[in-house]
Amino acid sequence: MSILVGPQTRLVVQGLTGREGGFHAAQMAAYGTKIVAGVTPGRGGERALDESVPMFDTVIDAVRETGANTSCIFVPAAGAGDAIAEAAEAGIKVIFCITEGIPVHDMVGALAIVRAHGAHLIGPNCPGATSPGANGSGTKVGIIPASIHLPGDVGVVSRSGTLTYEAVQSMTDAGIGQSTCLGIGGDPIIGTTFREALELFAADSATRAIVLIGEIGGSAEEEAAAWAAENLKHLPRVAFIAGRAAPEGRRMGHAGAIVSGASGRAVDKIAALEAAGFKVAGSPTELPRLLIEAGYKKS
Amino acid sequence: MKLHEAEARELLRRAGLPVPDGEVATTPAAARATAERLFAGGATQVVIKAQVLVGGRGKAGGVKLARNAEEAEKIAAQILALTIKDLPVRRVLVAPAAEILREIYLSALIDRSSRGILLMASAAGGMEIEEVAAKDPTAIIREIAHPHAGLLPFQARRLGLRIGARGDLLKQFVAIATGLVRVARESDADLVEVNPLAVVPAPELPGGERLVCLDAKVTIDDSALDRHPALEAWRDEDSEDPIDREAREMGIAYIRLDGSIGCMVNGAGLAMTTLDLVTRAGGTPANFLDIGGGARADKVAAAMRIILADTGVKAILVNIFGGITRGDEVARGLIEARGQQERTVPMVVRIVGTNAKEAAELLTAGGFATASSLDEAAEKAVALAAGGAA
Repeated sequence: MSILVGPQTRLVVQGLTGREGGFHAAQMAAYGTKIVAGVTPGRGGERALDESVPMFDTVIDAVRETGANTSCIFVPAAGAGDAIAEAAEAGIKVIFCITEGIPVHDMVGALAIVRAHGAHLIGPNCPGATSPGANGSGTKVGIIPASIHLPGDVGVVSRSGTLTYEAVQSMTDAGIGQSTCLGIGGDPIIGTTFREALELFAADSATRAIVLIGEIGGSAEEEAAAWAAENLKHLPRVAFIAGRAAPEGRRMGHAGAIVSGASGRAVDKIAALEAAGFKVAGSPTELPRLLIEAGYKKS
Repeated sequence: MKLHEAEARELLRRAGLPVPDGEVATTPAAARATAERLFAGGATQVVIKAQVLVGGRGKAGGVKLARNAEEAEKIAAQILALTIKDLPVRRVLVAPAAEILREIYLSALIDRSSRGILLMASAAGGMEIEEVAAKDPTAIIREIAHPHAGLLPFQARRLGLRIGARGDLLKQFVAIATGLVRVARESDADLVEVNPLAVVPAPELPGGERLVCLDAKVTIDDSALDRHPALEAWRDEDSEDPIDREAREMGIAYIRLDGSIGCMVNGAGLAMTTLDLVTRAGGTPANFLDIGGGARADKVAAAMRIILADTGVKAILVNIFGGITRGDEVARGLIEARGQQERTVPMVVRIVGTNAKEAAELLTAGGFATASSLDEAAEKAVALAAGGAA
């Protein structure tokens, strides 16, 4: 099994006819993801991805006609909040938003609608999730490069994109596979927090160890650590926190990554994670070794 | 984007909130003219405030009182000659000095934990809210605004009552608190802070007291500036370094630091990690630089120009994990940039992921020093900056 994405996933891609949407949809399909529909207003009735996928004008049409249960959003920032709300209203229960640069007030409104419908939003500004499988049997929703994955039983959750690729690549190189790799996004307001991701992994019988990749800013890592201390004792767990060398008061690229006063500092996050039984790496390349030290055994 | 106090006040005034009179002056003579007008209107003192986008301007001598127009001119001349935390003061705000009875703190901001708009109020205004929070966390009252309807009047009343507002003052408070959230939502602000929200004498009102927004801080969400051209026009380009502006216009996230190793990375998390590993290897990073996803050769060349504009840079570390970004595009950009640049510094390049093999061929043919792991790249860059070989 896996979390959020897997064999049960029937994907609708919102913004499939755009440059990014089209490219990544083809990559997802090649990895084994079941893409059942695309949505671009005005393009209903067409077919995309070498004629293999029907296009719809609205998400609700796509859900009715194809039974789509998961969405991946590549819509440009100005319309992405609206696309999230549309997916939730259409009954989609797992919504990934890849789009970067969505105005934060749009997210406040969209997230309230997602919650009212009991749906899961992942992102925005996230790389998506992959539940690896061999030879076209995996499920990949988003933009994580397929080549870095190895099927396995370690759950990975991260706030950033390329840093996740770095960490996952080092695991794969060491022969340690992943149940699901999940990027939750680096914005101040996101749909799924570290703590919520850990809850999902804890309930997944196929996940037997946890890798958490955080960064400076906010207190989501501390909140996750507090929850893990009580509820994740049975799993080996390791972490990496980016931004130890970051100066105070300067936003490090991600809208969420800033140390302000005594809050959001790397040292506090590392201390909280260590107190909750995480082994914390000094470099992402140390994660495989620390996993073994934490008691993880390759299956 | 941070707004200056004068523009922040203007935004609140347009939303119908009580903001005292006052005008911006760029010369001592203009400050005098405004002061004359304010004294003629009944002011007993005026306050002259430096308009710079940094905190601590009061301590730096950037906020002073004047008792007459002549004194206002003299003080404005002094303040306009100041440089506060490297920023020259180009404008001052001249406003009537208020007779303050009490000071309240009130702000509306985007809150990560509740994932909504958080209102914070405290009867202990005037101080930095962090100080209040450290001293007595119970002195700060909180409400989360409705995600679609904004702050509802009953929520605003609850806040006002808990900081001791009653009667007519409570009515005024409700109008101001709901107004702050309206400003935040309509202007896409991620912070609207009024500190102090001052209680001043008002004999004409039933309770004899009036609330006024004496100082305001507003930050506009950079992601939303496209839909607010009028606010974008308020951008203070003078306070922005030309290199920072070039980076912003190219879509490159750049922060200059004090060290000697220039860094070019794709992705914010990986860029931070690169700084961490340079530091761990005993070096000092000269900058944070994220070229973003899908960067092409011209953006890579621009990033190189930006890094090299910092004369403290002694070596450059390029770290690219290709996903959307194609490694060979980056390699081509590096080769192109090297042909254009006036100054050469040693460089170590690590490119993995999408099209890494093509990139490696280009880099080897171009004679670049390369590294395969991130740790190795950081160590090599540190050695290069110290004058050693890669």
